[in-house]
Amino acid sequence: MSDAILKVRDLKRGYEIGGGLFSAPRLLHAVKGVSFDVERGTTLAVVGESGCGKSTLARMLTMIDAPTSGSIEIDGTPIDIARSGITREMRQAVQIVFQNPYGSLNPRQKIGAVLEEPLLLNTSMSAAERRDAALAMLAKVGLKPEHYGRYPHMFSGGQRQRVAIARAIMLRPRLLVLDEPVSALDLSVQAQILNLLADLQDEFGLTYVFISHDLSVVRYIADKVMVMYFGEAVEYGTRDEVFENPQHDYTRTLFAATPKADVASIRARLEKKKAAAG
Amino acid sequence: MTDTPTPAVSVEAESRNATRQMLAEFWFYFSRNRGAVVGLVVFVTLVLVALAAPVVAPHDPDMQYRDSFLTPPFWSEGGKTAFLLGTDAVGRDILSRLIYGARFSLFIGLVVVTIALTGGIVLGLVAGYFRGWVDTVIMRVMDVVLAFPSLLLALVLVAVLGPGLVNAMIAIALVLQPHFVRLTRAAVLAERSRDYVVAARLAGAGNLRLMFKTILPNCLAPLIVQATLSFSNAILDAAALGFLGMGAQPPTPEWGTMLAEAREFILRAWWVVTFPGLAILITVLAINLVGDGLRDALDPKLKRS
Amino acid sequence: MSLLEIRNLSVEFDTAAGPFRALAGVDYTIEAGEVLAIVGESGSGKSVAMLALMGLLPDTATVTADKMTFEDIDLRSLSAARRRKVIGKDIAMIFQEPIASLNPCFTVGFQLDEALKTHTSLDRRQRRDRVIELLTAVGIPEPERRVGAFPHQMSGGQCQRVMIAIATACNPKLLIADEPTTALDVTIQKQILDLLTGLQRDHGMGLIMITHDMGVVAETADRVVVQYQGRQMETADVLTLFENPSNPYTKALLSALPENATGDRLPTVADFARDYAKETQAGTEARP
Ligand SMILES: Nc1ncnc2c1ncn2[C@@H]1O[C@H](COP(=O)(O)OP(=O)(O)O)[C@@H](O)[C@H]1O
Ligand SMILES: Nc1ncnc2c1ncn2[C@@H]1O[C@H](COP(=O)(O)OP(=O)(O)O)[C@@H](O)[C@H]1O
Ligand SMILES: [Mg+2]
Ligand SMILES: [Mg+2]
Repeated sequence: MSDAILKVRDLKRGYEIGGGLFSAPRLLHAVKGVSFDVERGTTLAVVGESGCGKSTLARMLTMIDAPTSGSIEIDGTPIDIARSGITREMRQAVQIVFQNPYGSLNPRQKIGAVLEEPLLLNTSMSAAERRDAALAMLAKVGLKPEHYGRYPHMFSGGQRQRVAIARAIMLRPRLLVLDEPVSALDLSVQAQILNLLADLQDEFGLTYVFISHDLSVVRYIADKVMVMYFGEAVEYGTRDEVFENPQHDYTRTLFAATPKADVASIRARLEKKKAAAG
Repeated sequence: MTDTPTPAVSVEAESRNATRQMLAEFWFYFSRNRGAVVGLVVFVTLVLVALAAPVVAPHDPDMQYRDSFLTPPFWSEGGKTAFLLGTDAVGRDILSRLIYGARFSLFIGLVVVTIALTGGIVLGLVAGYFRGWVDTVIMRVMDVVLAFPSLLLALVLVAVLGPGLVNAMIAIALVLQPHFVRLTRAAVLAERSRDYVVAARLAGAGNLRLMFKTILPNCLAPLIVQATLSFSNAILDAAALGFLGMGAQPPTPEWGTMLAEAREFILRAWWVVTFPGLAILITVLAINLVGDGLRDALDPKLKRS
Repeated sequence: MSLLEIRNLSVEFDTAAGPFRALAGVDYTIEAGEVLAIVGESGSGKSVAMLALMGLLPDTATVTADKMTFEDIDLRSLSAARRRKVIGKDIAMIFQEPIASLNPCFTVGFQLDEALKTHTSLDRRQRRDRVIELLTAVGIPEPERRVGAFPHQMSGGQCQRVMIAIATACNPKLLIADEPTTALDVTIQKQILDLLTGLQRDHGMGLIMITHDMGVVAETADRVVVQYQGRQMETADVLTLFENPSNPYTKALLSALPENATGDRLPTVADFARDYAKETQAGTEARP
């Protein structure tokens, strides 16, 4: 029926917390059994408030942490890093872009080295080839060749996020997990990064798992939406289903809390204020 | 956008520019600290003097002038301009001995810091990176070392190894090492869960690469500051060991040893103790000031973009 | 007479790369009981402007202004420390990072009490009652129990509520909120914004809402100042701004909102920024 590149079934992850000298550690369930499919070339958006387990989910999808239970299948290959470790092919299949563009680049590594590192460690390209690949990638994400030799602190947040995206797609992954990639960016820069992501998706046929807490961004970018609340997926469906007809109370609360920047709601607010004053 | 130079040229140039800009920024913050600049000037002078000792020293440090025992400095009564800072009990020129002594002190500082830093970085990286029982074992051993008064421990070590400059340096390095281990470990703990480390791991970096290439360069700032402070500590400890007769042995013109030899003349000839003492004081002070400036320049918290 | 009036405020920093102009001649006016939003990207000088007003900038900063009055007090003639004393009771400020702005070593009750102690002459008992009252007003559940809580025992939203309680403890005439909800979730953001506008209305305070979020502007402001790279691009009332923005930057910014998207790519401010950079480089100041 469908061409699902990512199949996740009943994924769970617990963290042991506390556990000092005198108390037994408590198990905190950060992700409590989520299941979803993502089709090739589409975008699944995961929405939820901080602490609801979005990053935990992202770390399991990108094989940084192993799930407590449940299964992940990428392109038909089951992923089980706890048992079999990570192979080069698996690494080339999934990559991640982090939220904080200031923390995700090594402050002592020039941009060129950042981009070449994945190639150096995973391919047998020569130095010149790596350099050409890095320069080509810089151009692709909208940076200039002279940025190749600069350090991360000489870049703005948006530029750094471009570098982080470039690094993530150096190995040509099929699936890209984006953990709040635009949350730390200004509105204008956010638009540029969203456009870049759309361009790259078209060019490389990338599949995105796009994590965000901003509903307007999600509505703009997603094909399917999953709403998470305390580690559970409370809502999962196509964008239009979720936005037109939210099923869960929490989803409705979320919609109601999102600020509306259209003229009609501003007018309504001002009317109400005038009425209250007068 | 106005001009597009051929990429190859501009990439190289930019790369060098970036490095130069980092250095310029470093110097800007360092030079804001007046004391640090003074310290640096004194320190550099000291290094130059030490290097050029045979040229600048007026006399051979071991030459005993039989006609002038305990000559006071030239400005006091009975002083001779041939011996600017006077002579000691066996007629050796104090200035020349101080100049040659600078070689020993700087050498001691350098060797001690190198040993302590290398050992400290490796142990600290291993402890902080791997955690678990490795961490526990390393840190408990370091705690034990730290629990001894440092000079006492150095003394015991020298007593075991036998007196002499080399053994003294090894002992001091061992005593100073735990500070570096702790500092490295703390910095590694803070860095190792940062996103860029995770990203490097995802790119396929192995443990060694992550430890030494990804994490270590980001932990260097506090280590460099600590290294300067340890440099002066090493000089002090070496002088103390020398004074106690456990360090460099006479007639080596090491500052601490000079003090020890002069002990009996403290009341009769103030200059034989004052000048080596002053030399130690000024050197240590200068290095500590430099360390302060380095902290200002390297600590990102004190900076604004 | 306006509550606060600032004319032609400029701030220059002395940095490693030479002097840096963070603010170049901005004007703010706020009337009593008004909500003024200052909106702009990060680095546009929003915080610097407010810190300059409060005299909280480091001494690498040079501040100049043609006029800077708060209720007829000329602030320019006062030293920074003196200024804080004069206006400390009447102008209060809250910041972006709620947890970082509270002292982690003291209970929230103690910190509230300190604020009351410095600015009012209430005795111990009265202060205690006022603390409870304030915590209730900002919607902390079980205030009697929560006075003894430390900041790390509360969530980010609750810490921001406590900050608001501290800021409003002495009934200030002007409250400056510097990105008060940027670090919070939308549902919490909604509560905090409602709380702030509610307090503003009830006390007739002036409120300066600093933000980079057009949604927050739309939900709270009466009047808006749009700022870009230390320059003021546009001042308008909120409806006018959203309905027909006159400045090209504001236009570009509003069309970059994803909810206003029409095609499959978002318009960005890149074109504007390029033109703007050229213009300012040519020396012609692009002031509306
Ligand atoms: N390493 C960890 N150890 C213990 N608890 C954790 C750890 N990482 C995350 N958590 C907890 O798991 C929950 C989900 O966190 P996270 O996935 O980061 O949320 P989100 O990304 O949605 O903000 C939170 O309650 C958080 O405190
Ligand atoms: N103490 C300082 N020294 C040097 N530059 C500063 C200092 N404080 C702020 N700046 C610079 O001033 C500009 C405006 O900063 P700010 O007002 O904090 O921006 P925002 O609008 O995000 O609040 C920025 O470019 C910032 O780097
Ligand atoms: Mg997260
Ligand atoms: Mg700010």
